[in-house]
Amino acid sequence: MKSYLSCTAGLAMLMAAPVYSAQLSIQVQNLTQGIYFTPLLITAHTPDISLFNSGEAASSELQAMAEGGDISALVSLASGLNANNLENPAGGLLAPGQSASGSLATDDANSRLSLVGMILPSNDGFVGLNSWTIPTEPGTYSVYLNAYDAGTEVNDEIRGGGAPGEAGMPVPPPLEALVGTGGTGVASSESNSTVHIHRGNLGDDNLSGGSSDIQNQVQRWLNPVAKVTIVVN
Amino acid sequence: MSTLNTCPTIPRQLSMLAVVIGLTLGLSACGDDDDPVTMTPTPTPTPTPTPVTYRYEVSVTNLTHEQPLSPIAVVLHESGQLWQVGESASEALEMLAEGGDNSALLALDMVVASSSGEAPLAPGASQTLQISIDDKDMALMSIVTMLVNTNDAFTGLNGIPLSELAVGQSWTGTSFVYDAGTEANSEAQGTIPGPADGGSGFEMTRDDVDFVAMHPGVVGSDDGLTGSVLSHVHDFDNPAMSIRITRTE
Repeated sequence: MKSYLSCTAGLAMLMAAPVYSAQLSIQVQNLTQGIYFTPLLITAHTPDISLFNSGEAASSELQAMAEGGDISALVSLASGLNANNLENPAGGLLAPGQSASGSLATDDANSRLSLVGMILPSNDGFVGLNSWTIPTEPGTYSVYLNAYDAGTEVNDEIRGGGAPGEAGMPVPPPLEALVGTGGTGVASSESNSTVHIHRGNLGDDNLSGGSSDIQNQVQRWLNPVAKVTIVVN
Repeated sequence: MSTLNTCPTIPRQLSMLAVVIGLTLGLSACGDDDDPVTMTPTPTPTPTPTPVTYRYEVSVTNLTHEQPLSPIAVVLHESGQLWQVGESASEALEMLAEGGDNSALLALDMVVASSSGEAPLAPGASQTLQISIDDKDMALMSIVTMLVNTNDAFTGLNGIPLSELAVGQSWTGTSFVYDAGTEANSEAQGTIPGPADGGSGFEMTRDDVDFVAMHPGVVGSDDGLTGSVLSHVHDFDNPAMSIRITRTE
């Protein structure tokens, strides 16, 4: 009877908190022809937390990432919740068509994988993976990712700042020559202030005027925008 | 994209091997006499293995609104890829993506077997092609076709492994639209070979990013591309084609 009890207790513990850790090799490829990704945050975390949820308002930490490419607040948040983080595997911007790789050792119970990074040029667009269940079986897995809109900033598609709440798009040096000037603004209000699938850039064909500073021939996209290849060792 | 159904394939090679081993054993028994007599060995015909044919049926459907697909190319190969995102397109791929001409792709050295549609596949239409090879159970299948009302858009599958597909089994999936990166998406008159324009196809000059990527989509005159011969009716999204591969033999 005693042994039976300890056996069930052991089972209950297993069911309550699956304890395993994994060594992951992760490659992210930017599948687009003309969109850049700002530094990516890849994080393994517990099932009860998430970096974002569609249909819900973005956290201030997510907003800072989506409007300005700053992942530091999200990193602090995730670290405080004992997540395992792989920060900025590209060492800066991940250019169109390019890949970045890294390793991630996950702790007990960090069974979900998430990824975020701002997409440029955009006002508050980001590429996202939300709480993908890390397989326990070793193997190679591929996941295609969509572009989301944080819902925190009007998609005016004109040059501006990347600080949270500041209007316009940040334009870091590599994009300086690729993004136009003098646009009057594509939109002045947004009706959806929750995280949602990005409706895409409109852009225009006027680099020194028009409504948008985005080039419509090269800086639009269709989903998916990224492919993540995860090797579970 | 779904993965291949896992199912044990019929070990035909194994049974063939058993027959060969049986013959070899029988022969050595003949020479196992006590006296070392030199025997002129009866010429035993080398057993010619019956070729094992792997036959596939490929059914595709054009999912777009107004993007006819150039004659569908289906190829079997043992290694390699027809394209890689982030890498420069081959000239054969460029010819397909800019002009819908698949002849150079079908003639690539890596291609073991090929099959091609006779005519473009209209939006909403489906087509079934047959393809087969002998004695190669590790083949990869690639399918490629141009969205003809574009500058250099194509869709297809790149090296789907067929080794786990048993007779009667199917693989079903869809395909994304890629941009060959070899011709700028000007959508200008004279640059698009499809019925929206009737312009030219393949041009040697590369005036775009020169790497394959996912296609950004059609802009069209409705979304403000001055001089575009395309409009909202030519818009497409992913996926552009549905595909069913069935192993029939």
